[in-house]
Amino acid sequence: MMKTINLKYLLGMLVLIMLIAACKPDDDLLRPASFPNNPLVFIDDFSAGLQYAAFAGSDVTAFDIDRVNTYNNTAASMQFAVPDFGAPEGTYAGGAYYVDGGRDLSSYTALTFYAKASRTAVIDVLGFGIDLGENKYQVTLNSTQVNTNWKKFYIPIPDPSKLTGEKGMFFYSDGPDNGEGYTFWIDEVQFENVGLLAHPKSSIMGGDDVVSLAYLGLDVDIRDVSYSINLPDGTDQAYILSKAYFDLNSSNENVVRVTSDNDLEIVGPGLALIRASLGDVESEGSLTLNVQGTFQLAPEPTLAASQVISLFSDSYTDVPVDYYNGFWAPFQTTLSEDFVIDGNRILNYTNFNFVGTMFSNPTVDASSMTHLHLDIFIPGAIQPNTNLTLTLRDFGPDGSDGGGDDSDLVTTLNSGDLSQGVWNAIDIPLAGLSAKSRLGLIIYEGNALTNFYADNIYFYN
Amino acid sequence: MIYIKKISQIKFQFTVLPFLMVLAMLLPSCEKNGDETSIRSYSLVWNQEFDGLAGEVPDSSVWNYDIGTGNDGWGNQELQYYTNSTDNIALDGLGNLAITARAENFGGSGFTSGRINTKDKFDIQYGRIEASIKLPYGPGIWPAFWMLGNNIDELSWPQCGEIDIVEFKGQIPNTIYGSVHGPGYSAGNAITTPYRLVNERFDTDFRLYAVEWGADRIDFFVDDYLYAQIDPENVPGEWVFNKSFFLILNVAVGGGFVGFPTSGTPFPQTMLVDYIRVYEEQ
Repeated sequence: MMKTINLKYLLGMLVLIMLIAACKPDDDLLRPASFPNNPLVFIDDFSAGLQYAAFAGSDVTAFDIDRVNTYNNTAASMQFAVPDFGAPEGTYAGGAYYVDGGRDLSSYTALTFYAKASRTAVIDVLGFGIDLGENKYQVTLNSTQVNTNWKKFYIPIPDPSKLTGEKGMFFYSDGPDNGEGYTFWIDEVQFENVGLLAHPKSSIMGGDDVVSLAYLGLDVDIRDVSYSINLPDGTDQAYILSKAYFDLNSSNENVVRVTSDNDLEIVGPGLALIRASLGDVESEGSLTLNVQGTFQLAPEPTLAASQVISLFSDSYTDVPVDYYNGFWAPFQTTLSEDFVIDGNRILNYTNFNFVGTMFSNPTVDASSMTHLHLDIFIPGAIQPNTNLTLTLRDFGPDGSDGGGDDSDLVTTLNSGDLSQGVWNAIDIPLAGLSAKSRLGLIIYEGNALTNFYADNIYFYN
Repeated sequence: MIYIKKISQIKFQFTVLPFLMVLAMLLPSCEKNGDETSIRSYSLVWNQEFDGLAGEVPDSSVWNYDIGTGNDGWGNQELQYYTNSTDNIALDGLGNLAITARAENFGGSGFTSGRINTKDKFDIQYGRIEASIKLPYGPGIWPAFWMLGNNIDELSWPQCGEIDIVEFKGQIPNTIYGSVHGPGYSAGNAITTPYRLVNERFDTDFRLYAVEWGADRIDFFVDDYLYAQIDPENVPGEWVFNKSFFLILNVAVGGGFVGFPTSGTPFPQTMLVDYIRVYEEQ
């Protein structure tokens, strides 16, 4: 018969935050210059200074201490009760274990623990680095397959030298599998110097060498970072990690500077190659920024908001839009590299062949509107055969795409209608559209046109 | 070039590295720690340094290719097709021979890899045979540096004898295996000694794998650490190691010794061989 200590009885008053086994030190001023290197998180009880906070919206009673189902007959384990779908207590189990003062984990290589479950299941998220503050050095293991046998798991510290004052010791988040809750246990949670992890690999920009136009004021960042390590069983395991673990290097600090938070700051025109390393290992992928100087934003619209139904503009409040890029597989190649300059959002379609903006929930009634406006910027050269075709679709009485009752307004802009390197103001009269009370879709199709920016997309009268 | 093996160094390691001593006690074949041997002197008689340009093939005056799938996956239900493609066997331009196993369909197999031997081109009887190797890894990856008796065509296996200087299971990267096979002690019944590191792997760097072989003994070393000694009393059949043997390098995928590769096996996997050096005892 399972005996557990139910935290509800101990801590029923606390709904969101459960503080356990920790007396916040009163002598903060006497804190030593370096943090303790205590590797223990939960062996048979909370380690020194460890506290727990359940995540918002989770079942705050999900976590408990179990003295029966323990690894290797030790005194206690951590027990997590994942709620059933629709359970009133919460939709998932989740929380973070942290210490107030921080610990020096730089002599360890991984967080390790044993886990098992009441049945074969997948634990959605396990990791460390959530400290209810900056969460700067987070590492996450997704989709951990567990069964009824104890098994050891590893979450590596990608660069231990960075964790000299880490507060986030462990976190978990897990919803029901196929609607069904279950129980899993975790035990012997500790940081270790594991010599059996090897061959770390990391990448930025999806491992590609990305070249991108950029402008002063452009909000640019490294993205698509990845990390994997080879486990003691010879298999590679991928982890999600914070970009703060990477060491970024700019080839030209007069063009792009790397801040202490690993943000990229564009400081001048020219070329800068951004490369990354993690620990001692060079990361795959790079970002070359070709900084053009000051970006000319599209002219600010002057129409009163009452004259406008906006789909995309920082000058108005947009109506609900399902998406600006439908990613219609398999024929669409268009990618979105939308960007922000000085707070102004701009759509950017790259590798463009066609793309759609859907606004069907609800559809837009533009009965009182006379025109569709778009600002289009084409950074590349315009060829004689370059064109851009815009199809505005009304979904008809059935209110949905297709069904034989749609009506389209098709407008083709040829090379003579478009100019390179400036904003082209496009105004399309709606008079040619037989119905405009259930508008739901704009389709862009191009020829000899692979990259363009768009802003200020709205109907007006 | 004179190579001197200092057994005193082994004793030193046992003294200063208690965990190795504990490990040695756990491994039956480490009971003998070289006490009865003395300093041996060796002189270099043959070597392969694998210096050359990237993409060059190993010296054809020394090496033969084994091609295909052999009989029943080279007798072991191995899954790879061995080729002589430079995608599978070539110098890496950095002073190493690279044998690469790839997950690709070829000749009815799901993997390609490489296996080369020195049969009828180089053989040795007794001495120290060593190679500096960086091992590949992953479930089902089975690299080996080994030797077969020259008279395999007359006597067939296992009567010809087999000395496995190093074998490795990619899913157990902290353990290597040294083995001998002969009549009555072959395949799953070979005389095999695993050597396991507690918190370290063999595939993260180059390591020196060696045997020191005499008329009545075969000693197995890794990085000059003696971890196994085999003599005629250790084998339950005829001692078939008093004749010339030739060398073999290969990376198998799957097979009875290692088991199947899995979806988690990283491919491609490359075994790098910095050099092979063969010494005769003075």
